[in-house]
Amino acid sequence: MSQLICVIDASKCIGCRACQVACKQWNQLPAEATTFEGSYENPPRFSAQTWMRVVYREHEEDGNVSFLMSKQGCMHCTDAACMQACPTGALYRTEFGTVNVDTVKCIGCNYCVAACPFNVISFDRLTNKAQKCTFCYDRLNAGLQPACANACPTGSIQFGDYRELINQAQDRVDELKAAGKTNATIYGLDEVDGTAMLYVLADKPEKYGLPVDPQVSLQTRIWSALFKPFRVLVIVAVAFGLWVNRSHSKKIEQAKSEAK
Amino acid sequence: MTNHWIDYQNSDVFINIGGNTAENHPISMKWIEKARETKGAKLIVVDPRISRTAAVADLYVSIRPGTNIAYLGGMINYILSNERYHKEYVENYTNASYLVNEDFSFDEATGLFSGAEDDPARNATKYNTETWQYQRDEEGNPLKDPTLQDPNCVLQLMKKHYIKYTIDNVSKITGADPEALEASYELYSSSGEPGKAGNLLYAMGITQFTHGSQNVRSCAIVQLLLGNIGIAGGGVNAQRGQSNVQGSTDMCILYHIVPGYMATPQQATHPTLADYLEKETPASGWWTNKPKYFVSLLKAFYGDNATRANDFAYQWMPKLDGRDHSHIALYKDMGEGKVEGMICWADNPAVSGPSAANKRNYQKNLKWLVSVDLFENETASFWQGPGMDPAEIDTEVFILPAAAGYEREGSKANSGRWIQWTWKCQDPPGEAKSDLWIANELFKRLQALYENEGGVVPEQITKMFWDYDGPDGEVDIVKVCKDINGYRVADGSLVTNFVGLADDGSTACGNWLYSGYYNNYDQPATKNRNREKEGIGTNLGWSFAWPLNRRIVYNRGSADLEGKPWNPDAPVVWWDELQQKWVGNDIPDIPGSWTLEQSTENPFIMLPEGVGRLYSHSALNDGPMPTHYEPAESLVPNLLYPNATYNPVSQRFYEDHTVETDEERERYPYIITTYRIVEHYQSGIVTRNIPWLNELMPELFIEISEELASELGIENGDMVAIESKRLFKDGNQSSIEAKACVTKRIKPLIINGEKKHYVGMPWHWGFKGMSNGAVTNDLTASVGDANTAIPESKAFLCNIRRAG
Repeated sequence: MSQLICVIDASKCIGCRACQVACKQWNQLPAEATTFEGSYENPPRFSAQTWMRVVYREHEEDGNVSFLMSKQGCMHCTDAACMQACPTGALYRTEFGTVNVDTVKCIGCNYCVAACPFNVISFDRLTNKAQKCTFCYDRLNAGLQPACANACPTGSIQFGDYRELINQAQDRVDELKAAGKTNATIYGLDEVDGTAMLYVLADKPEKYGLPVDPQVSLQTRIWSALFKPFRVLVIVAVAFGLWVNRSHSKKIEQAKSEAK
Repeated sequence: MTNHWIDYQNSDVFINIGGNTAENHPISMKWIEKARETKGAKLIVVDPRISRTAAVADLYVSIRPGTNIAYLGGMINYILSNERYHKEYVENYTNASYLVNEDFSFDEATGLFSGAEDDPARNATKYNTETWQYQRDEEGNPLKDPTLQDPNCVLQLMKKHYIKYTIDNVSKITGADPEALEASYELYSSSGEPGKAGNLLYAMGITQFTHGSQNVRSCAIVQLLLGNIGIAGGGVNAQRGQSNVQGSTDMCILYHIVPGYMATPQQATHPTLADYLEKETPASGWWTNKPKYFVSLLKAFYGDNATRANDFAYQWMPKLDGRDHSHIALYKDMGEGKVEGMICWADNPAVSGPSAANKRNYQKNLKWLVSVDLFENETASFWQGPGMDPAEIDTEVFILPAAAGYEREGSKANSGRWIQWTWKCQDPPGEAKSDLWIANELFKRLQALYENEGGVVPEQITKMFWDYDGPDGEVDIVKVCKDINGYRVADGSLVTNFVGLADDGSTACGNWLYSGYYNNYDQPATKNRNREKEGIGTNLGWSFAWPLNRRIVYNRGSADLEGKPWNPDAPVVWWDELQQKWVGNDIPDIPGSWTLEQSTENPFIMLPEGVGRLYSHSALNDGPMPTHYEPAESLVPNLLYPNATYNPVSQRFYEDHTVETDEERERYPYIITTYRIVEHYQSGIVTRNIPWLNELMPELFIEISEELASELGIENGDMVAIESKRLFKDGNQSSIEAKACVTKRIKPLIINGEKKHYVGMPWHWGFKGMSNGAVTNDLTASVGDANTAIPESKAFLCNIRRAG
C-alpha cells in the first residue's frame, strides 16, 4: 500500500477547475481546441494533453436536483491493470507507490490504454507513447504536493500520509451520513486493491461517473500470466514488429515527399 | 464588507443571496468550509439557478430574478412576527425605539411613501422626505419609546410594513417553494440568538437592479435585527468582484464622491467651502470631523496653492451641475453628441455596459477614444463590432498597453478593506507601462498644455500639486503613498493616522480612510506580513485595513451593554474594568476617551444618532424601508401593490426602451438573468486570451431548463438565438446567438399560480481576443437603481428560439 495519497472530497468540490489548469501549467500541457457541447465539462475526454478533468454530473430524484463535481484522472491503483498489460515494464510503480509511464521503455503498443478500467490513459500520436497523470512525480521528488492539490481552494484535494488521510476520510463519510447523505462512501479503498487517489463521495460512485466495480479484466490477467515467462521474446517480437512498421512508414513518407 | 474574508471561519450560518461565492470568489470557500468543518456551520444559497455555490449548499432556495426584497422582506416579517430578533441588541443598538413623524405613511394602492412628487427632469418620482424624519424634542433630540409599543416607533412601523410579506405571498411573488422558504428563514434567524453569528454574503445579484440599493438595505436590516453587525462571523459582506475594486471605490471611481466617501461638491448647493462644510457636516457622529478630512484633501490636491485666504483652492475643485453622470447617463450624453472624447481605463463598456450594442453605436460620435488595457478590447475596436461600417466612423482610437498586476508594484484593497501591498515580479512586455506611469505622464503633459495654451479655468489643472517623478523617468510611488497617507505640511512628516489631520491647512491627506496605511517609510503598515498565531482571525499584523486597521467595523456591537462579548469563543472587543477602556482582538470602533456608557449609547459612531438604522430617513432616495417592486421588465404585476410597477424613483433615461405592454410581454415571454462563471473574468479580455481558460469554457452559452428546451425543440449544444427589445429597437443585429446548455439546474417557476420560464447567460464574451462570442449585454436595458444608477442586468425579458 502506498504511503502518500490524495483524498478527493467530492462533497467539497466547487468545480472551479483550478486543479485542471494547475495540472496543465505545471506539466506544460498545451490547451486543446474545444467547443461547448452542452456541459461545463471540457475537454470532453482525457488525452495526451489532458491528464485530469473535472467531471460534472446532474441528477434529479424526487424533485431534488444535485450537481456533482469531482476531479478525475489516473487512480494509481495497487492492482494496476496498466502495469499488468504493459509488455515492456514501461508502466512501473514509483518509490512513492504511484504508477508512472517510463516513456523510454514505452513502445506505444496501447495495451495499457485498453486495459485501464478507468479509461484515463491516453495515447500520444505525436510521440507514440502512453501519457497520463504522474501524480506530479517531479514535485513529490522535490518534497512538494501535486499541483492539483496545491491549487485546490476548498481543501477538496488533500495530499498526505495514507493512515492519517484515511481516518479523516472515514470521519467525513460519517459526517455526511449523519447529514442525510446515506450513500456517502470512500471510493478507492478496496477497489483494485486500493488506489493512491481516493475519494470521499457524497453519493454512489456511478453518480459521479466513476466505475462501480473497477476490475483488472480477465483478458489482461491471462495475458499477463501468459506473456510474463516469455517477456524477452515478446519484447523482441513487438519491437521487431514496430521496427518493421516504422521502416515501412518511413518508406511511405519518403515516397510521399518525393511525389511532391 | 463590514467584516473580512478570513472572518468567515467564525460564522454559524451563511446566507449567500445574489452572489455566487464558489464561482466568483472561489478562494473564500476555504473559510466557509472551515466554518462548516469546525463549527458545523450551515450554508444557505438563494439564487434563481443551481450555481456551483448552490451545488454545495446545505439549503437551497430558488427565487425569481429581481425578487430579493420580497424574499428578504419575508425574512424580516418572519423574524419580527416570531420574535427571532436579538432583543437586547435591537432595543439598544438600533433605532427600533425611535419615533417617526406622525404624518409618515405608505400607500399600499400606489406603492408610494408619503412625500411623493413628480420629478420631470428625471422622468420619475422623487420624495420630499420631511414626513420621514424622527419626532424631536425642543433641543432637537429624537424622541424614543423604549417599550417599543408606540405605533409610530420604528419597530412597529416595520411590523406594519412587512406584515404582508407572508410565506404565502413571498412564495407567490418569488416562485420559491414555501417549505424551502420557511426552512431558510428558520435556519438563518437562528443567528438571532445572542452569541450566534449569521453571515450575509452578496454581490451583483443584489445590487444590479432598479431597486439595488434597497436590496442592500434589506440585507442590513436583517443583520441588524439578528444582532449580526459588529460581531465576528457576522456582517453585511459585499463580495467584490475584482482584486482592487474596493480600492477604486475608496478612491472615488464613482462620480458622486471624492476620495474617502465625501460628496462631490455641487455648484448649486456648495458654491463656497463654507457652504460645503456646513451642509455636508452632521451635528453628531464621527462625520463631525469631515472638515479636517476635506480640507486636508484640498491641501493634497493643490499643495501650497491651497491657502486659508483662498478657501484652500476650493473654487478650483470641479463641481457637479446637479445631473446624473453615472455610466448610463454618460453614454446617453455621448449618444446625443455631447461628449467629444473618452479615456477608457481598464474598462470595456462595449461588453460590460447595459445595451452594449447601442453603446458601441454612440461611440461613433466620439472624435477620439483612448483605451488603456492589457489587450485590444471591444471598446477600442467598437468599429469592428457587429453591423459596423468602419468607412462611416471617424473616431480616432489610441491604445495604450498597460502593465498587468504582477508587472507593477502598489497597493490593492480587497473586499475586507485590507490595503495590501503587492510587489512587482517581472517587467511588463514591450511598451506596456504601469497605470501610475501613464497617469503621471498624462497629467504632466496636460498641465504643460494648460500652462502654455490656457483654457477654461486652467487653474484647476495648473495649480494642482503634482510632484511624483522619480529617478530614470519612473514614478516615485513612495511620494504617492505619502500623499494618500497624509503628512504635516510644515515638515513633510507622515501622520500616524487620520486622528492627526486638521482643518486649518496644516495637514494634507489624499484619502483620510487610508491614513495610517503608509505610516512610516521603513516598514509601512500596508507591507506588514505577520500571520496571527492565535486569535479570531483579525490578523492585525497583516497589511492595513481601513479605517485605523480595524477588521470588523461597528465592533462595539459584539459586546453586551456591560461590554462583555456576546460570544466568548470569538470575542472581538470588550470593556476592561481595570484599565477602564476597550481592548480586544480588533481595534475598537470606539473613541479611546469614551466611557462605557458613551460607547453603549453610540455603537454606530458613523451615524448622527449613534445607533444602527432599521429605518433610514435619509440614506436612500427611494424610501425609508425596502419595498417590493418588480424589475423594470417583468412578466407579472406587483402582487403586493397593484398600481406600482418598478421602482418609481428609478430614472427613466429612454422612452420606449423596456417591455411595458402585454403585447410586448408575449413577444419577449422569458425572464433572463446574467452572471459570471469561474473560468472567465469580467468582460473576458484577459481570460479570453488565455488558451487554458478558453479550453475550459470555449463559447458563450445560454442555460435553459429541460422543460423549456423541449417546448422549443432545442437540444443540448444547439445554437440558440436570443432577442430583447434593445436589439429589436436599436441594435445592428436582430438577435445574438449562444450555444444551448439544457440543464436540470434551472426549473420553471410558478408565479402566483402561473408557470414562468427563465434562462441565464454569462456575459464574458465579445468579438476580440482568442475566443469570440456575442455580447450578452447587447440584450440588457439601460435602466438603473434609483440611488446609484447601477444597471439592471440581473432581471429582464427576452425571447429565445432555435437558431437557423
